[in-house]
Amino acid sequence: MIDKTSLWTVIVLLGLGSFGLRFVFTGLIGDRPLPAWLLRHLRYTAVAVLPGLVAPLVVWPAATGGSLDAPRMAAALVTLIAGYVLRNVIVAILLGAVTLYAGLALLGQI
Amino acid sequence: MHRQTTNSTYWQGVRDGAPFILVIVPFSLLFGVVATEAGLNVFETLSFSVLVIAGAAQFTALQLLSDGAPTAIALISALAVNLRMAMYSASLTPYIGGASLGQRALAAYFTVDQSYTCAIVAFEKNPGWSIPQRLAYFFGVVTPICPLWYIFTLVGALVGTSIPEGLALDFALPITFLAMIAPMLRTPAHLAAAFVSVTLALVFAFLPYNLGLLVAGLAGMMTGAQVELILERRKEARLP
Repeated sequence: MIDKTSLWTVIVLLGLGSFGLRFVFTGLIGDRPLPAWLLRHLRYTAVAVLPGLVAPLVVWPAATGGSLDAPRMAAALVTLIAGYVLRNVIVAILLGAVTLYAGLALLGQI
Repeated sequence: MHRQTTNSTYWQGVRDGAPFILVIVPFSLLFGVVATEAGLNVFETLSFSVLVIAGAAQFTALQLLSDGAPTAIALISALAVNLRMAMYSASLTPYIGGASLGQRALAAYFTVDQSYTCAIVAFEKNPGWSIPQRLAYFFGVVTPICPLWYIFTLVGALVGTSIPEGLALDFALPITFLAMIAPMLRTPAHLAAAFVSVTLALVFAFLPYNLGLLVAGLAGMMTGAQVELILERRKEARLP
């Protein structure tokens, strides 16, 4: 169970912080140019943070008590490859879900 | 090209934003469901989506809070996921930096992956647009997207607890994120950043408070930036 104080702290500060990030340049910097090194790092934030967030969830899924799980691993690989090749988020999600349920059904887990 | 009115750029924005309904509806529904399963009530779940309005960051914060990570770590990690918004803001500035403060604040609130992506493509393609035309387009893209984000978060929160265990919804989040990440891996630099991030996140998973994710994120960003520099230098060296 998530502590309520901690939850609301995160909701409010994350809301303000996200607005701050969205407003920082359009609102405060105006037309002044940014240092190239900063832009270069910012370009990779999404691909640097999200894969790191997902990797442990794929390798040690909480639903199986943290042990490697074939259907979940297969679903993750199919989603990643489909997304990379087809460049279509929705199709990749659907293929991943189909793989997951097919795998779970095959192993008699659903 | 014929002269466009602000009205026509608004509707062009609506048309360009509409296909994203297919992404927004399941994603926000999922957030509502996952948040309810984590013990949030309807009001808390909806507040999350209205105040933060960023799916990946919302899921990150929720995941870490459910894992029992300290408040500061959940907050910092989610903000790190949202750092790309600063990048979007920087890149929109030359186009809408001249708008009024109120308009810029409103555009900032509605800067999400989809509105940014559509806007930057349209602005580059139509350099003749005035600032009001650009803003009209931007808010046009937002119109079919953001209200649905709130509505389907609410729907997800309301149906959340009635979803059976066997659906393996624990894995909806990894699949959604992987599907979002994969198309972003456009260059060797992006691939290298993602690879370093995955490796370090697994190696440093033993660290408390999910600090491993921060290590992985920072190292991933530095890797991406360095690989980009190296490739640029090589390209320059090859030119006569």
